Amino acid sequence: MPLNRAFIGREYPFAPPFEVGRELIRHFALAIGDNNPISHDVAAAQAAGHPDLVAPPTFLTTLTFRRDASPIGDPDLDLDYSLVVHGEQRFVLHRPVYAGDVLSGRTTVTDIRDVGRNEAMVLETAVLAADGEQVATTTMTMISRGTAAPKAS
Amino acid sequence: MAISYDEVEVGTELPVATYGVTRGQLVQYCGASGDFNIIHWNERFANAVGLPGVIAHGMFTMATAGRLITDWAGDPGAVLEYGVRFSSMVPVPDDDTGTTLIVSGKVEDKLDGKRVQVSITARCGESKVLSQARAVVQLA
Repeated sequence: MPLNRAFIGREYPFAPPFEVGRELIRHFALAIGDNNPISHDVAAAQAAGHPDLVAPPTFLTTLTFRRDASPIGDPDLDLDYSLVVHGEQRFVLHRPVYAGDVLSGRTTVTDIRDVGRNEAMVLETAVLAADGEQVATTTMTMISRGTAAPKAS
Repeated sequence: MAISYDEVEVGTELPVATYGVTRGQLVQYCGASGDFNIIHWNERFANAVGLPGVIAHGMFTMATAGRLITDWAGDPGAVLEYGVRFSSMVPVPDDDTGTTLIVSGKVEDKLDGKRVQVSITARCGESKVLSQARAVVQLA
């Protein structure tokens, strides 16, 4: 079944804010095999000039799954998540994500379109620090396999 | 330890790295990222939806390729921009060795503010699993 195009333009602010803890950074770094002490050891992070542990560059992907701030779980979207593969991903980091950050922001559905027999859905997330400082913008393109409406021939 | 801007030129290659990927790592990544899509841990289900078996999370591949950059730069906070297209799936067999990602990178441009643009290539067997993979990196 095709995705519900009425979702284009919908916005999903995430609340409560996303609290980035040291253990979540360590847990994520460990899972990607990243042993850089700047993500594990506070003294090493501070010696490198950071206020606290630094999250690996793709860490903000966890926001997609740890906050109900996206349309993915909304039954009205008609998305079967088991048919989804990841198409594209981009991070623009205005500054690193640090342990202790309290992040807020919103995800916007910027596009849903056919790509052959598949559909692509683009989600853009703006991430802000507690003081309003822009931290990052992430752009995720999900591919829903085989769900495009049949074309008239 | 950290590489400096003055040491690199356009064309400088990052050291090639090889990263193993096992089913166990995918399960660990499910937990750490919160992405529990069943195709990343259940072979029976993955086959039923037409996949060649359990596949790695695209974001696991992207994160692994990112290690090449952060290990080179010496600091996980050095990455200012990082974007990829997922061009091929990474099937992970149910055995002790799993599969292997081979990641390489090259400095494509030197930018102002001691930043460089790096292109990344990630292969699994004969397949190029990332395309248009680029990062902007802050060097010392």
